[in-house]
Amino acid sequence: MNALEASGLSKRYGKHWALENCSFELPAGSIAGLVGPNGAGKTTLLHIAVGLLEQTRGSMRILGEQPGDRGVLSRVGFVAQDSPLYKGFSVEEMLRFGAHTNSQFDLDLAHARLSRLEIPFDQKAGSLSGGQRAQVALALAFAKHPEILLLDEPLASLDPLARREFLQILMEGVVDSGPTVVLSSHLLTDLERVCDHMMVLARGRFRLIDDTNDIVKTHKILIGPRERAGSISGVAQVLHQSTTDRQATLLVRTNGPIIDPSWMVNQASLEDVVLAYLDTRTATDAAEPELRAVTTEVAR
Amino acid sequence: MIEFRLETRSGIAPYLQIVQQVKHALRLGMLKTGDQLPTVKEVVGSVAINPNTVLKAYRELERAGLVEGRPGVGTFVLKGLDGPPPHAHAALRRSLLRWIRNALEAGLDHDSVEALFDSTFREAAEEEIA
Repeated sequence: MNALEASGLSKRYGKHWALENCSFELPAGSIAGLVGPNGAGKTTLLHIAVGLLEQTRGSMRILGEQPGDRGVLSRVGFVAQDSPLYKGFSVEEMLRFGAHTNSQFDLDLAHARLSRLEIPFDQKAGSLSGGQRAQVALALAFAKHPEILLLDEPLASLDPLARREFLQILMEGVVDSGPTVVLSSHLLTDLERVCDHMMVLARGRFRLIDDTNDIVKTHKILIGPRERAGSISGVAQVLHQSTTDRQATLLVRTNGPIIDPSWMVNQASLEDVVLAYLDTRTATDAAEPELRAVTTEVAR
Repeated sequence: MIEFRLETRSGIAPYLQIVQQVKHALRLGMLKTGDQLPTVKEVVGSVAINPNTVLKAYRELERAGLVEGRPGVGTFVLKGLDGPPPHAHAALRRSLLRWIRNALEAGLDHDSVEALFDSTFREAAEEEIA
């Protein structure tokens, strides 16, 4: 089953298209990183998924249902950007509020999580540190036992230590209850550790959506003589190229082994690849049939 | 019990790093037959990685016959890894030292020695696999 899927999804604000013709399928149980620069459409996508916004065109399904349907909302956990909490509420009051408004709310679980992190229950949300606020928001979301958890830039305002701690607690929660997770961020190194799928969004379009293992397997860095960079057997697409008068360094998507000995073949890191797709000069759309065909071929 | 460390910049797949660290611990006797490996939840709770990465590493160790997963209990060491006897190490080290001296005398600088060793080693390792 797909936890999240979209077909031709588009959203327009005035004259500006925030999302344009996005189609994808995210299998249940994935931990997906939604990556893109500010203004790429990440928040718009997440807001449509939880029913806070309505699309202009196309369709989206979450857990097989229409976003925003009453039935599905109780199965979805969502943490908006900057983990907004009621500033005047104490942590304890927020937990009780959560328990009141959600029939499935697991108050004991939320208590256990937060006491392990030594977060004071009587403290007002407004005076918590950024890291603590993020942990409280995460604990509230997990207490619903969601089947899918959508997190909008949960790491952005956290220091490195709090980021690591947040991801540790998030992954523990995944082991406990196995929800699908979609995590938007522009911090690639953090995503690399936890995500098994990458969804790369730039200027309202998906540039790359794939399993991270497959991404790393099908992209290479080639170094060799410049005059032979034109056509290399095994290369499906050159994503990025830098040249001196004699030498060329290429980041490529492969569709077979690179056997030409004049090219030194190096591993490309996930970060290299994602950055290349974010660069809008290599403006390929993940929805192009050619790219789809190649990815499935490699997966086989 | 052992703990894992992950180096994201090393270019080695995270699951392989776990496999290597378990093998290393087995070789050095930090893990013995019957010992339990950290649970998946313990690993992700300490190094913040995808749980499937840990599962993949443990499956790989299982396939190699080194550990055994007992459903609902955990993953346990089946047998240790015997390295070569200590005197073999010492002899190899002496011949490697001789080789390095020869290389330096032949006029190779440190970087070239390393590069030559690395490329030869990789070649030999690939032949072994093939």
